[in-house]
Amino acid sequence: MAEKIKINIDGIALEIEKGTTILDAAKSVNVKIPSLCYHEDLCVAGNCRVCVVEVEGRKNLVASCAAPAEDGMVVKTTTPKVRSARTDIISLLVSEHNTQCTTCYRSTNCELQSLASEYNVDSERYLSVLKPNIKVDKSSYSIEKDDSKCVRCQRCVRTCAELQHVNAITVAHKGKDMKISTFMDLPMNDVVCVNCGQCVTHCPTGALTERRYYHEIWDAIGDPDKHVVINTAPSVRVALGEMLGFPVGTRVTGKMVTALKKIGFNSVLDTDFTADLTIIEEGHEFLDRVTRALKNGEKVALPMITSCSPGWVKFIEHMYPEHLDHLSTCKSPQQMFGALTKTFYAEKMGIDPSKIVSVAAMPCAAKKFEANRPEMKSSGYQDVDAGLTTREIGHMIKQSGLDFVNLPDSKFDSYMGESSGAAVIFGATGGVMEAALRTVYEVVTGREVPFKNLAITPVRGLEGIKEATIKLEKVLPAYSFLEGVEVKVAIAHGLKNARTIMDQIKDGKSPYHFIEIMACPGGCIGGGGQPIPTNDEIRKKRIAAIYAEDEGMPIRKSHEVPEIKKIYESYLIKPLGHKSHELLHTHYKKRNRY
Amino acid sequence: MENVKRVDLIFGEYTQEKYKILEETMKKSNEQIITEMINSGLKGRGGAGFLTGMKWKFTAQEKEPTKYVVCNADEGEPGTFKDREILTKVPRKVFSGMAICGKAIGAKIGFMYLRGEYSYLVPDLMAELDIYHEHAKRFNLDFTIELRMGSGAYICGEESALFESIEGKRGEPRNKPPYPTVSGVFGKPTVINNVETFVNAVMIMKYGAEEFKKIGTTDSRGSKVFSISGDTPKAGIYELELGMTVAQFVEEFGDGDTKAVQVGGASGFCVPRKKFKDTIIGFEGVPTGGSMMIFNSSRSMYNVLHNYLDFFEEESCGQCTPCRVGCQQLLKGIQAVKKGEKPSSYLNQLLKLSENMKITAKCGLGQSVANSFSSIVDNFKEEMIY
Ligand SMILES: Cc1cc2nc3c(=O)[nH]c(=O)nc-3n(C[C@H](O)[C@H](O)[C@H](O)COP(=O)(O)O)c2cc1C
Ligand code: SF4
Ligand code: SF4
Ligand code: SF4
Ligand code: SF4
Ligand code: FES
Repeated sequence: MAEKIKINIDGIALEIEKGTTILDAAKSVNVKIPSLCYHEDLCVAGNCRVCVVEVEGRKNLVASCAAPAEDGMVVKTTTPKVRSARTDIISLLVSEHNTQCTTCYRSTNCELQSLASEYNVDSERYLSVLKPNIKVDKSSYSIEKDDSKCVRCQRCVRTCAELQHVNAITVAHKGKDMKISTFMDLPMNDVVCVNCGQCVTHCPTGALTERRYYHEIWDAIGDPDKHVVINTAPSVRVALGEMLGFPVGTRVTGKMVTALKKIGFNSVLDTDFTADLTIIEEGHEFLDRVTRALKNGEKVALPMITSCSPGWVKFIEHMYPEHLDHLSTCKSPQQMFGALTKTFYAEKMGIDPSKIVSVAAMPCAAKKFEANRPEMKSSGYQDVDAGLTTREIGHMIKQSGLDFVNLPDSKFDSYMGESSGAAVIFGATGGVMEAALRTVYEVVTGREVPFKNLAITPVRGLEGIKEATIKLEKVLPAYSFLEGVEVKVAIAHGLKNARTIMDQIKDGKSPYHFIEIMACPGGCIGGGGQPIPTNDEIRKKRIAAIYAEDEGMPIRKSHEVPEIKKIYESYLIKPLGHKSHELLHTHYKKRNRY
Repeated sequence: MENVKRVDLIFGEYTQEKYKILEETMKKSNEQIITEMINSGLKGRGGAGFLTGMKWKFTAQEKEPTKYVVCNADEGEPGTFKDREILTKVPRKVFSGMAICGKAIGAKIGFMYLRGEYSYLVPDLMAELDIYHEHAKRFNLDFTIELRMGSGAYICGEESALFESIEGKRGEPRNKPPYPTVSGVFGKPTVINNVETFVNAVMIMKYGAEEFKKIGTTDSRGSKVFSISGDTPKAGIYELELGMTVAQFVEEFGDGDTKAVQVGGASGFCVPRKKFKDTIIGFEGVPTGGSMMIFNSSRSMYNVLHNYLDFFEEESCGQCTPCRVGCQQLLKGIQAVKKGEKPSSYLNQLLKLSENMKITAKCGLGQSVANSFSSIVDNFKEEMIY
């Protein structure tokens, strides 16, 4: 039991655990102290000073996010002294800011904006010290960096270092020239940035945003010559509602489909279809590797690691290029979808693929970069024309003037609109593993995974690295060499945890056969393209929605989806077959380390 | 009027010093050393003026087995150059002080963080360190000293930024608490003291707390090494007893036409002529890390302040809002008032800003900009406007 101490905040006496910060203590009694550099996910910086409060007996104000409460402390959060200081600090931030709220992408969802309006600061109080000629860095396919809107809270820097272990962005220079920069101030596209977008979701302002492509999509929709297809990722449907008037954790699948149809997409399809396809391909790839290793004694790269998170893929290309053979060769569901849209779907629908615009609605910023990888042209065209974030979709729906809350539900179109609950859970950390196990176990043993209601609980939840072991018993004759084998799996989310897993592999000490890695904390539900804010409380609610969606699905296993069966019968012929390799698999390359 | 008193505590007796004092001190118990330090009333010479003995005591009390001693030789305050002199003339006293501290608190490693611009001292210091390590071996003292170089950022003299720098990170001040005595360099309990503070510690060991206390005043024990510059015929380094008034100081060092003295460098206070008599140099009046800049009537105090603000705007680490933006606003603000682009009443807004910087900035840099700003603006308002 931690030691308890007594403090008083704004006249409220409370008892808290020793070590609690004043900010957290205040929160526990519903006293809201404004903050800016503070973020639940990150270590405390204490640099914006917006959260200052008065502590009795001290001359200086105290940054409540950084100061542990001490026994007997008497804290006041809104004295004239505090208000004067806080207003000054916010005014100073405004004085170095390129205030463009009328046109800013983060307007109405910006922490500086709300602080400035809450405190009604006078923008004329101080002279502008905004640096002239700040250029927006638009070099990256995924991330836009506008230093003129930066409040230097370093949330992005801490995100990239602590959560992601990438360190693409750091603080450079000092004093008035201090800014957030890259290695040698190189453009974002030329550095180690993996495009995960976590810095974007952790940025309080419009300084870091995803590169937007939705304006071009509006144009395509308006073009009668184009056939615009959109597929939506599983985690989008459990988060989109947050931007459109629903509480966190609401599933809005049907309304989202209706809205996208009303917006004018010619076809609204489900990325879950290719998530199921991924399970079939990746599951067989795993079995193939295991067979070659255990039965034929070949030297095969094990553990095999999932490849559906493009931020993770770029991470390993930069950081562990000598271990790329561990990556599954499967494309991400988005890229499988794109390749099939302009081949299979085009054929089926009798549409000239050159007229198809293929769009993906994703929780992700990295998928924008992935769509633009030069090798992603299996269909003969750019397979995915644009990867839009959940936020961009939210903006489009807002722009469309639809009364989202009151929209009726609709179903996905066909082809490639059918899927299983196994595909839905791709959106949460552990989901790909769970989906794969549901199929692989059954392929090998002929029986369902031995978990109640198919819920493989050990792989669920927000723990950074999760492990599970599944023993294969009474296997089918074709897999007799697997009898008694304990399949060891691990799940990591957030690239910090990915690094731990990779270091084990590097040291030859990885005990696992199969590993799922997602670049973003929580998996795609916490993706860099998801509504802002995202924190653990929100992640948990989105995850709950994902599993609820899974349970509500009539089909829970990828290999049982009729449309999946059909595409193998009529088009792909067999998993890992010739056509699959052409359209659904890819290769990786070594990248620089700065 | 009584004159200023020269003292020869810091630089004296060097030739006799063959690590004798250190050797003698090794015979004392750690408690004895710390008690002696506390009784001496010695306050740190780096600026903040914390009681050195208490700092050592707190660190000694920590249960963590690994502890460090750090000597702050970053000497970045404009107008100070006394640590350089001490390191040149009496490095053995500095090393002895660090070693005594190391013994007293239970540390085995000490770092000397040397200002980047002083790299020319490195060969001599390394040679001296070899001699120190030989002596330490001779009386079985397990305390080694390593040199670490700064790279020219003023903020790296701030203790927690200095730790970050030693750890190979960007020199940004940390949140306090935790204080260095609990979590300093590499997260371990650390005593950090100024060069001169360590030398004082050695002299306290030699003469005892009672003798030491005879010099100086109740609030300001001992002597102080001053770096004197500006409009003076006697620029240079002087060791003086603490407790004199600015008037006494000016009588000795001024050029007869002194209009103001900046005590404590850019982050210190400006004392105008009319306050010379009533202002004591020391912790009861204007504290100083040693920098004394003398200005005569030919100087524009606007230019003086402009220089300081230029300095702060560059040397702030830039992490916290009040300091990063505040410094720019103060500078831009006085320029605007001077040019008539802002009314003279804008100075009041700026004074209020500097007060808010003082109470909200994350570290001593941002907190002390108001010292020079308000003391110059308040006392020389006309010079700011016309
Ligand atoms: C901006 C800034 C710069 C500083 N620079 C120095 C310095 O150059 N040398 C120094 O001894 N102390 C400097 N200090 C004070 C140190 O943080 C610390 O208080 C001191 O080293 C403690 O030693 P003392 O107790 O012996 O004075 C600085 C403080 C600040 C805020
Ligand atoms: S970042 Fe925020 S304050 Fe700045 S322009 Fe955008 S909405 Fe306005
Ligand atoms: S997108 Fe990800 S990798 Fe790139 S800078 Fe942001 S946090 Fe770092
Ligand atoms: S880019 Fe955003 S997160 Fe990073 S320091 Fe600037 S405002 Fe903060
Ligand atoms: S007060 Fe200035 S130097 Fe200190 S932490 Fe803040 S910005 Fe950095
Ligand atoms: S929120 Fe506490 S200093 Fe920024």
